[in-house]
Amino acid sequence: MPACFDLGGVMTLITDAHLARPDDFYEALLHAHRGLSEEQSQLLNARLILLLANHVGDLDVLREALAAARAGIIDQESQPPGTGSGGKEST
Amino acid sequence: MHSELFAYRKAPELVSGKGGRYRVVVVGAGPVGLCAAIDLAQHGIDVLLVDEDNKASEGSRAICFSQRTLEILDRLGCGERVVRKGVVWKHGKVFLRDRLLYQFDLQPEAGHKRPAFINLQQYYLEQFLVERAIETRRVDLRWRNRVISVVSGTHNVTLTIHTPDGDYSVECDYLVAADGARSPIRSLLGLEVTGQVFRDRFLIADVRMEADFPTERWFWFDPPFHPNQSVLLHRQADNVWRIDFQLGWDADPEIETQPDRVISRIRAMLGEARPFTLEWVSVYTFRCQRMRRFRHGRVFFLGDAAHQVSPFGARGANSGIQDADNFGWKLAHVLKAAASDRLLDSYDAERVPAADENILNSSRSTDFITPKSNISRTFRDAALQLARTHPFARTLVNSGRLSVPHTYLGSPLDSGDHDSFSAKMSLGAACIDVPLTGRAGPAWLIDQIGNRFVCIYYAGDDRLPPNSLIECLRDGAIAAEPIVIGTVGWPLTAVPEHIPAFIDTHGLFAKRYDATPGSSYLFRPDQHLNARWRTLDVNTVRSALSRASCLHASTLAAS
Repeated sequence: MPACFDLGGVMTLITDAHLARPDDFYEALLHAHRGLSEEQSQLLNARLILLLANHVGDLDVLREALAAARAGIIDQESQPPGTGSGGKEST
Repeated sequence: MHSELFAYRKAPELVSGKGGRYRVVVVGAGPVGLCAAIDLAQHGIDVLLVDEDNKASEGSRAICFSQRTLEILDRLGCGERVVRKGVVWKHGKVFLRDRLLYQFDLQPEAGHKRPAFINLQQYYLEQFLVERAIETRRVDLRWRNRVISVVSGTHNVTLTIHTPDGDYSVECDYLVAADGARSPIRSLLGLEVTGQVFRDRFLIADVRMEADFPTERWFWFDPPFHPNQSVLLHRQADNVWRIDFQLGWDADPEIETQPDRVISRIRAMLGEARPFTLEWVSVYTFRCQRMRRFRHGRVFFLGDAAHQVSPFGARGANSGIQDADNFGWKLAHVLKAAASDRLLDSYDAERVPAADENILNSSRSTDFITPKSNISRTFRDAALQLARTHPFARTLVNSGRLSVPHTYLGSPLDSGDHDSFSAKMSLGAACIDVPLTGRAGPAWLIDQIGNRFVCIYYAGDDRLPPNSLIECLRDGAIAAEPIVIGTVGWPLTAVPEHIPAFIDTHGLFAKRYDATPGSSYLFRPDQHLNARWRTLDVNTVRSALSRASCLHASTLAAS
């Protein structure tokens, strides 16, 4: 049961199968990038993420998704840096 | 300009040959130091205010003053002049390339004495504040007096001050450092400020021209006249316009400030046909940083000396003036021996989180305006593109989150909310203004409170409690000035003349404060809400007052 609400009514990220037609979605996703340059594809992905994030709305779910997406890409132990951003130097 | 205001005079210590003794010395006669000095003076405290320079700020510098700052300036006795000279605005527009992306309104609800913002060159604000400081007759203003040594002891602070006529020393009970981002006092005491430098440069130009652009904040991302960078336009007094051009980290400040180069940038923006003159040009970088603590024994740091932000959001001068607002009454209460020195710790406890809030907002704006990596630029561009057609994306576009006063949530000075209030306003928030009608006609709530503790009793359409209950608010060790507010049709005449009474003409007090008959609200001298109750109990008010002012145990016992 791909529940989107756990006990207590707090929304959590759905990671069980939830897509209506997974193969169709995957094809549509690749299709959307057809004919785009690397840079344009990056932009499409960014726009897509923002659109979907707004659709989800709940920051806790989005944070879970961000953590799940980041997990395993680099060292498992490493956490994303805090709210600050890169490219700054300490004084 | 106004040189007599800034005239250097030989210090009396150099004439008498004796060291000076003062209760408070404020270092730095910028907006923050002047506000602190005026506030203390209004509380009856004599202040020595020294500044190493002898002129108002060069160039317009801080220009956007928020509603809260104007309310503080009203309390300090010079809000009206500032508002009259300044230009009022509340709308902002954000452009992407050559098209409007969206617009915003910073004060969508009417019923406030002061507008969301005014723009005014910092030198005008400083002039008005200097004049007001002189008018109090309690501020000893000394120009070209530079502090060259500080010894901070347990019982006092000793300073050596350098002047054109030689050096002299003074002792004081408390030292207020409002001496700017490069704070010499901070350096003399070997104290650190830590944070982040942003790798970007901005060109700031004050331009005098006749233009019929509306008085709004205009912000461009990637405009055709300055591709790949941002531009910000603000109107100031006297037909002076502020233009900020983002230049990027690699720009050379010396080349960029050459008049020919600046003029060609401005021509590209305004068109060849529009005549203008260049008043002031500067290239700046900025950092978001703060001191770990703003209190160091008997030395207090206010404004840029304590914390710095990027200019996007007008959070520099506004937050500095709010520091002074928070600090003045506390030091005055301690100096008048009513309050314990602990009250001064609350300056740190309340203003450090305020600085963090400003730094957070300012850093986020800067991250949006100056993306630090390819991927952050990609997301930034994605948000900007989507904002054209999708309203949600406009909430992500960040050209500066404009200054709002910090709410002192969980302040050590409040006793917590024990009754339930549904209003948006929470304990610790600055007074939200409301139009009222008093015995003498229309009045603003904001003008009735401040400078002392005030307890508002909302009668609604109900009868007043016995006058004795209201009046005895004035009797405690720390008094609260009572104010009574009733609904339309409520008999003002039933309230004795010596108790201020008002009608909630538009019902906005009831709405903005979720007031029901009997609701009572305690405001601090800085106009922040300290406590509220559904029913008035004088003992509860007194205990809130003693907590809010860190009343001396001895004073409490004697009362």
